[in-house]
Amino acid sequence: MEKVALFATCLTDTLYPATARATVRLLERLGLTVEFPLDQTCCGQMHFNTGYRDHAADLAVRFASMFSGYDAVVVPSGSCAGMVRHVQPDLGAAPPPTYELSEFLVDVLQVTDVGAYFPHRVTYHPTCHSLRMLGVGDKPLALLRQVRGLELVELPQADSCCGFGGTFAVKNADTSTAMLADKMRCVLDTGAEVLTAGDNSCLMHIGGGLSRLRTGVRPVHLAEVLASTEEEPWAPATR
Amino acid sequence: MGTRNPVTWLGSPTFPEAARTALADTQLRRNLRNATTTIRGRRAQAVGELPDWERLRRAGEAIKDDVLHHLDRYLEQLEAAVTARGGVVHWARDAAEANDIVLRLCGDAREVVKVKSMATQEIGLNEALAAAGVHAVETDLAELIVQLGDDRPSHILVPAIHRNRSEIREIFRAAGLGPASDDPRVLAEAARAHLRRKFLSCEVAVSGANFAVADTGSVVVLESEGNGRMCLTLPRKLITVMGLEKVVPTWQDLEVFLQLLPRSSTAERMNPYTSTWTGVTPGDGPEEFHLVLLDNGRTATLADPVGRQALRCIRCSACLNVCPVYERTGGRSYGSVYPGPIGAILTPQLVDDPHDEQAASLPFASSLCGACFEVCPVRIDIPSVLTHLRARAVEAKGRSAESVAMAAAAWVFASASRYEKAQKLGSLARLFAHDGRISWLPGPGAAWTSSRDAPVPAREPFREWWRKNRG
Repeated sequence: MEKVALFATCLTDTLYPATARATVRLLERLGLTVEFPLDQTCCGQMHFNTGYRDHAADLAVRFASMFSGYDAVVVPSGSCAGMVRHVQPDLGAAPPPTYELSEFLVDVLQVTDVGAYFPHRVTYHPTCHSLRMLGVGDKPLALLRQVRGLELVELPQADSCCGFGGTFAVKNADTSTAMLADKMRCVLDTGAEVLTAGDNSCLMHIGGGLSRLRTGVRPVHLAEVLASTEEEPWAPATR
Repeated sequence: MGTRNPVTWLGSPTFPEAARTALADTQLRRNLRNATTTIRGRRAQAVGELPDWERLRRAGEAIKDDVLHHLDRYLEQLEAAVTARGGVVHWARDAAEANDIVLRLCGDAREVVKVKSMATQEIGLNEALAAAGVHAVETDLAELIVQLGDDRPSHILVPAIHRNRSEIREIFRAAGLGPASDDPRVLAEAARAHLRRKFLSCEVAVSGANFAVADTGSVVVLESEGNGRMCLTLPRKLITVMGLEKVVPTWQDLEVFLQLLPRSSTAERMNPYTSTWTGVTPGDGPEEFHLVLLDNGRTATLADPVGRQALRCIRCSACLNVCPVYERTGGRSYGSVYPGPIGAILTPQLVDDPHDEQAASLPFASSLCGACFEVCPVRIDIPSVLTHLRARAVEAKGRSAESVAMAAAAWVFASASRYEKAQKLGSLARLFAHDGRISWLPGPGAAWTSSRDAPVPAREPFREWWRKNRG
């Protein structure tokens, strides 16, 4: 693995830079040289899923040319990785091999113990696109189980959708909110301090609901959990 | 023809509006959650018993695709076989034609018995018959509950899934069936006594069909209660209304679906009653058999290379039972005979009018979580068809506030420098932040902040950090 590129995703780049910083730190700790092509913007998923196929196709082609020449593209998002791998080729683009973070660690680098330390009670939400579009299965759990100090608690009805769904969350806000309410109840039932997942979009949705209710449960992206070490433990992002 | 396609219900609002009403009904949500949670678990278990489930799914997909590619040939073969065995085949382009055919075949009958059929619901047959003075008696228990309650079905397989047993007792009592308790056994017995009288008095029966075998002309109905079999065997005349896509080439192909359907729909290894009949047999069963082959938007659907896979559907309803949107909103929010994920892709295609706002709202009634595709026994890639139909709806709508915003976003994403300027502009949302959260946003953002706090844009986007630290 010579040249690895990070695709931060527009959402993470703009709203959750700590996740992208954590991804870089984690990959470098594992001995990789990470590059971040500064021309990158968005994979086109929002446009595609909302019905704007032509715009999505332009962005897909742009993405492929941006990342051509890399051996692998790593994405801290199951849904954006799914978009690149499973949809972009149908839109006329030929992206390089692209992996969601947990897939990259477990399948490509073949590590489950990344030397992380995260002394918190954590529950994991498997986001729909990670689970069904990419089929990441138990890889994130395998990684979390190796994290020192971490107490992993099972999330009831884990595989049911949180109700985000991109523009679905605003187009069908009432239904989305009902799905969110059930997901939050399950999260609260675990007694976890931290909710983790491989997608900041879903965490933005569930976290937004948990924050509105002042529950005190923190959403933390999987990359940030895995990047945390005893020397440099995770700390809430300062905004 | 110019008549409205009754696959959608007249006057139904768009999905988001109908869903809002349904979501406010806490009893409905409880009923639905209990029912779907139970059947989900049972289905997973029934499917898990078969080591070759994936191969069966692929076989089902392949057979259906072959049928769709050569539909003309198989239908002609079916017609010839049915005719050779003494049946009569009728072709109906749309709902109005199909209803006219059935009404004409009913002759002098004032009452007909029916085995639950999606095709006859799709064409609004009961209403059409009633308008001509013919009463159609639904004999499927759940369908009877819906009919007596003057209600609309909310599930393909369990039309009364949204009702609990005390509600059912009230419906039966109001209809004069008079059960004394809400014990399911007592309720079923009341329905049984009522239906027995109808089976023995009706001269005409109307059915749907799960499958029809092209090479022998045999028609197949799968059911759980046995009421269907009474309909199919007792009356003198049998009229079957069947969607064009229900044909399968041979009995050997049928074998695949007799395994896929029960496990997917009722989570049973085998359904209790499988009835097959081939034309007419003197002295045994109906003396007359009519098969009405219904198009009603199917050939138009067939013309769409992505959308046509919806015609593989065998109406098992597994997708409804796993759908998180269906679970909260119920079937009636879809405003159509076909609810849930399959309804969201089938209904707009059968309606075939991109300007129909209600039908056009259906492909958006999904978070694209993919649970439907995972369970579909004939591998209909519902999420892909949803996004395909969304694109069609967006195109038909033309210029809108949304399309302008999406074009602007695409323009921004097409250039890193424009994107970075937008990031800086977007960070103005920080002005709405209090205590590290945004609880209210103006304009379109309000739909988000109605129930969720919004994230506060970072002071330093990742790319700035990268430039400073790694660039």
